[in-house]
Amino acid sequence: MLAAGDPLFADGVDLTVVLIVIAKTVVVFGAMLVSVLLLIWFERKLVADMQARIGPNRAGKFGVLQTLADGIKLFFKEDFLPTQADRRVYRLAPYLATVPAFLSFAIVPIGGTVTIAGHQTRLQLADPPVGILFLLAMSSIAVYGVMLAGWSSGSKYPLLGAVRGSAQMVSYEAALGLSTVAVVLVTGSLLTSDIVAGQSGEGLFGIIPNWNVLRLGFIPFVVFFIAGTAESNRPPFDLVEAEQELVGGFHTEYSALRFALFFLAEFMNTITISAIMVTLFLGGPSGPGPDSGLIGALLPVFWFLLKVFAMLCVFVWLRATLPRFRYDRLMDLGWKKLIPLSLAWLLIQAAFLVDVKWGIVVFTGAAVMGVLLWRAMEVGHGATEHEAPAPPKFQEVR
Amino acid sequence: MVAQNIVFGVLAVAMGLAAIRVVTTKNVVHAALYLVVVLAGVAALYILLAAEFIAVVQVIIYIGAIVLLILFGTMLTRAPIGRASDLDNDQRWLGVVVALLLLGVMGSVLADAFGSTKLPKAPQIQRTGDVGLSIFQTYVVPFEVVSVLLLAALVGAVVIARRD
Amino acid sequence: MKALTTLIAMSGFLREYLTVLVFGAAAVAMVGAMLGAGSLLRPKRAQLQKYISYESGVDPVGTGWSQSQIRYYLFGLLFVMFEVETVFIFPWAVRLEDLGLFGLVEMVVFIAILALGLLYAWRKGVLRWM
Repeated sequence: MLAAGDPLFADGVDLTVVLIVIAKTVVVFGAMLVSVLLLIWFERKLVADMQARIGPNRAGKFGVLQTLADGIKLFFKEDFLPTQADRRVYRLAPYLATVPAFLSFAIVPIGGTVTIAGHQTRLQLADPPVGILFLLAMSSIAVYGVMLAGWSSGSKYPLLGAVRGSAQMVSYEAALGLSTVAVVLVTGSLLTSDIVAGQSGEGLFGIIPNWNVLRLGFIPFVVFFIAGTAESNRPPFDLVEAEQELVGGFHTEYSALRFALFFLAEFMNTITISAIMVTLFLGGPSGPGPDSGLIGALLPVFWFLLKVFAMLCVFVWLRATLPRFRYDRLMDLGWKKLIPLSLAWLLIQAAFLVDVKWGIVVFTGAAVMGVLLWRAMEVGHGATEHEAPAPPKFQEVR
Repeated sequence: MVAQNIVFGVLAVAMGLAAIRVVTTKNVVHAALYLVVVLAGVAALYILLAAEFIAVVQVIIYIGAIVLLILFGTMLTRAPIGRASDLDNDQRWLGVVVALLLLGVMGSVLADAFGSTKLPKAPQIQRTGDVGLSIFQTYVVPFEVVSVLLLAALVGAVVIARRD
Repeated sequence: MKALTTLIAMSGFLREYLTVLVFGAAAVAMVGAMLGAGSLLRPKRAQLQKYISYESGVDPVGTGWSQSQIRYYLFGLLFVMFEVETVFIFPWAVRLEDLGLFGLVEMVVFIAILALGLLYAWRKGVLRWM
């Protein structure tokens, strides 16, 4: 008896449970890959529409298969490994970029609880009790992908892109963490399933949903949205690969499939961050509809997908609208605005939770401090802070 | 506890090998990456011991912040690709002596404190909330001191990095 | 009996992480399979010029590594500070209801001290990029 007294097999191993886990893994994997293919096509098409172009329209109906065609093409392209590169780290970096992008999706609840073959199971891959901290851990590992890819290429543009990019990701990771705390504060649990459960049910007046975005007063959501965009290196925060200045940024030296993997990771991150945002702030799979039967099981999945799709549309819209941030402004936004704002809001939120009296006290205190500090900063540095540095004066060549 | 013991064995061997490579490798960045392997192994050990909060903190702080900072620092100042010849010096034996001494001290302290304690057959799961309660009710003063320590580190770094 | 219930709780606990591990292994396997399939399918025509690192079309100058600004490092350090802070805030946020007013005051003091650090860096111009 191998299993006797072993915690892992304490209540016996049920083959159905194992099969359910495997089935969930396969389904989530397939769904994510297909949705990345569709997202890239959708983004190109939507941006094309916004710019009054046609966009991809050859492969398949409306060009749906364009990404697939591009992907297949990349399989047949020669892969260069530069002589200057650090071979092992160069090969490792695409893994470090792609795997965390997949893994963070594991904690997202896609639907409610369903019964498969007599087993109650949640439509969620895994629900580790550290829940949302797992997301932070994964996003801190994702920095390694960018950083090592740039360093190991043994080339100047990638190194610049990597240093720049990892400083950016690291700066916004702090804001990302602090805005997540606000959600934990009202839920009292780190589990994503609890966070979603806390947002179900009727909110004010029976019409307005009980979503965290409303309960937390928008600020954590806005901070998380901006930080999440920067974390996944989406435009307007795509300084990691700013084509105009850095060629391809950290993946300049990567070609063929390894390049495709970085691309895949970026879009996967976009989907994941949208899904996490839906989970944390927009009620996850909750929505109106019956609770039981087949419709009751499928409707939450539909609401979840609809919300994620709406978030993705916003991301594409941002990309088509906003120009890339200047680096000084980027750091400014992260350190001088998002982090102080989320810290102050966190304390206000906590004070209101403890007691309304104290909430008002902390709120006024924070407001007064904020105004005072703002004045002090403005006096200290003058108004020149947001000006671009003056260009160096060149001597006229005669 | 068979499955857990097997996992522990695999992790221990991997961590030991990676730890040796940290010292013997000829490239700074590789050394830092082997260090990541060791730290990830420690995180996995914490999970086996049902201390999940510590495990995830290990990943977030040590792998995600501190080793990243080490890598960042070396990359900004001096991290050429390939084998470096100046990573070794002639104080090897002194280093061995110091390491052995440190091992002895740590081992004796651990044996002194927990020598007779047995690991429970099924460890109690340490939830994040329990950690919170013990930090914020029992260890209030150390917690506040941590913030002062962090502040000191930051001020020191700013002073060193600025030339004026 | 109590030992058995803790055993079962532990079993559920480990299984959650085992699932994560399985998912991670599947991700690694997928990436590996893609790269493996690619290496079978793609052509290999070695030519020395192909493996020179890219430098806008001219031959690269010097080594691939060059010194960057140390200012990036300070952001890394600030990040470590805030990451440690975040890690302390999470367990506090989970149990704020039990900790009550005392917990709130503790956290206000903690955040205030760290905010001082941010303020110091701000005033010293570390956060200003130029």
